[in-house]
Amino acid sequence: MKSKLNLDPEKVRLARELARRAGEPVTELATAHTTASIERAVLRIAGLDGADQDGMPWVNRLADAVRESVGLAHGVALPAWDALVAGGYPDLRTLAEQAAAGQVKFRIPGGSEAAAARELAVRSVAAGVATIDAQRARRTRMIGDLADPPQPWIYLIVATGDIYEDIPQAQAAARESADVIAVIRSTGQSLLDYVPEGATREGYAGTYATRENFRLMRAALDETSRELGRYVRLTNYASGLCMPEIAALAGLERLDMMLNDCMYGIIFRDINPVRTFIDQRFSRQVHARAGIVINTGEDNYLTTADPVDAAHTVVVSQLLNEYFALEAGLETWQLGLGHAFEINPAVPDSFLLELAHAQLVRELFPGAPLKYMPPTKHMTGNVFAGYLLDAFFNLCGVMTDQSILLIGMMTEGIHTPFLSDRDLALENVRYVRDAAGRLGESFVPAPGGFIEQRAKQVLGDSVALLRRISEEGLLTAIAAGTFGITRRPADGGRGLDGVISRADGYFNPASEILEAGTGDAGGEPAASLSETGASR
Amino acid sequence: MTANPVTANIVRPYGDTTGDGRIQVSFTLPVPYGTPADKARAEGAAMQLAGKMGLEPAMVVHAKGMGPDYTFFIVYGRVSHLVDLSQVTVTEREFPLLSPAEVNLRIRAGLGRKLVVVGACIGTDAHTVGIDAILNVKGHSGEKGLEYYREIRVVNLGSQVAVPDLVARSAAEGADAVLVSQVVTQREAHITNAQEMSAAFRAAAPESGPRNWPLLVVGGPRFDPSMAAGLGVDKIFGKGTTPGEVASYLAYALAPDSGAAADADQEAGASA
Repeated sequence: MKSKLNLDPEKVRLARELARRAGEPVTELATAHTTASIERAVLRIAGLDGADQDGMPWVNRLADAVRESVGLAHGVALPAWDALVAGGYPDLRTLAEQAAAGQVKFRIPGGSEAAAARELAVRSVAAGVATIDAQRARRTRMIGDLADPPQPWIYLIVATGDIYEDIPQAQAAARESADVIAVIRSTGQSLLDYVPEGATREGYAGTYATRENFRLMRAALDETSRELGRYVRLTNYASGLCMPEIAALAGLERLDMMLNDCMYGIIFRDINPVRTFIDQRFSRQVHARAGIVINTGEDNYLTTADPVDAAHTVVVSQLLNEYFALEAGLETWQLGLGHAFEINPAVPDSFLLELAHAQLVRELFPGAPLKYMPPTKHMTGNVFAGYLLDAFFNLCGVMTDQSILLIGMMTEGIHTPFLSDRDLALENVRYVRDAAGRLGESFVPAPGGFIEQRAKQVLGDSVALLRRISEEGLLTAIAAGTFGITRRPADGGRGLDGVISRADGYFNPASEILEAGTGDAGGEPAASLSETGASR
Repeated sequence: MTANPVTANIVRPYGDTTGDGRIQVSFTLPVPYGTPADKARAEGAAMQLAGKMGLEPAMVVHAKGMGPDYTFFIVYGRVSHLVDLSQVTVTEREFPLLSPAEVNLRIRAGLGRKLVVVGACIGTDAHTVGIDAILNVKGHSGEKGLEYYREIRVVNLGSQVAVPDLVARSAAEGADAVLVSQVVTQREAHITNAQEMSAAFRAAAPESGPRNWPLLVVGGPRFDPSMAAGLGVDKIFGKGTTPGEVASYLAYALAPDSGAAADADQEAGASA
């Protein structure tokens, strides 16, 4: 693709190189540690489900029992499957129940006992990974049998708190032309150190992410996909303290996209930075295997920081997200890098600035399914002006070939959208898509003009910031308030107590299988995605 | 005073002519808009609602089916209702709006030390947008946040802070004021959380003697500014509040005025 902005390829290469340099020490940190949630994710992939009578999942009870007894520095798998063999328990669930009752003695086995435990653990986890592979193959098959909608995909949110209310709303949204349905999570969930169980009917400003809720919604959207003759994607959030476990459940239940940002939890949820980076790596390994497209959260920086002054922090974060994602095994077509249309409309040339930023991101990540977020900060309550602003957002999205458009609501910030707000929003995007969908091919900013200059300035600022971060260290930069103008020290925030240094002999059967590479190279669901993305 | 105070106090909506009473509304009814018979019935239903709302005559200018079961309407019409301006009650702002320099001056003069503000989102609320817009140096709507004020020390505890932690941290920091932002309103969470918070501060204070808990301020888009007493807090800020308003209020409430600045909206330095 020829650059419409005349970007210097050398500068782009340098930006990537600096991002790698900034990210590598963090990757080393991640590979030297594990977390409570990663260990619980191993148990989940191995098939341990359900919760005790207080609603505490058995994976928590078992991992906690192991941690109290022999610690998790060797991983949960070695002591757990050793105890399974030694105690003659029929399955993990029975082991967890007995462990919760204090009836199980754990140890770190050696020699042939360790080998036996390892072998059994690998077998159990491999069965779970096979389920993830089968779900991925099923997605590929469904997309082949039905149709894959053209980009930009229309992304709509449902959030009633009740999965049984969410389902008809999601189905209605799909019929009204939504290509991607996101079920917003209950607000409190990011800081829960366990994943709730079962179908849930109560949540705050969203619906809990649970395995059963995932299954119910995916089944409903499968039905609607067949009805509509196109595959409707489902999105949820692999973030918060249980990021690795939710990633595993998403793979097992065939979610299609997951919000998964390398720094969002740190900045906006005050989750410990070290915990986040460790959890993030494992969760991305799972997403890579499951063929899930991740969505990153750079749009959020612009809701706190000024979208003009901080435009380069978005690019820097995208480059970091890209480095961490590729390092974890994700492919370019899986990188739904985020950005947003948040510049104050009162700023002169605000639309030109938005075009410059959006086109810059498009050119920096040509194969990535970029996720473009609508205005929220300057939706003032004047719904008529808001509707116009949303139309300009949609126009910028089609002109710069964004891949996923989150649909803006004119009532943003006033109340949860009325049925009519959603319908009007879809009418807005359909009009822009039908009227100007091919404008991108003719949108070529004047050489040396305002848009080109602005894009080059943002890229230059990004390189300068990446240089600083690669010199002082990413954790130091986060502590200094570089992103979202919020300071988050490496020893602060929640979840640090769940970070564990790996001992020599640390064993994680899931990581071993995931790092050994995929058993499924063919039938790439989104090979078509990257092609459409690049050609549109 | 006008010559005819009675007519001056009575107004009607203005469309394009004084007194025409014309307004526009939009709404959805759970009725189908498919067949011609459906359409006739749906528009009749919209007209009936308009009539009951006092729109006479009314005109359905737009009707659109949304899925098989719903119809969206835009209606223009004339309302017969009158607005009596003499019956309008307004809550006046009880404090003067000050510039950052004036706020700093007043704190220095009235308090003689930095004013300490502890901010948080409590309960399950993880939406720090509101508290950050008030506290972060960046601020919003062209006004810098409280971190920008030299005489204010800001401790922003961020999201999902447990109430007992907020009480403990406020004591440890010597907070003069506690700012709590609540965006999530499902099941009236903003109300119950605010009440829980104010009760906890009272419970932590000794039972007798003068009040010794910090000034309690809550804010969020769905709060009614008149319900402070019911929540047990000192002040409620609603949607659209700017950092300058909050800073002015804190200076007014916490830094005893030492002179002429009480005259409100005076120029910087007037009282110095």
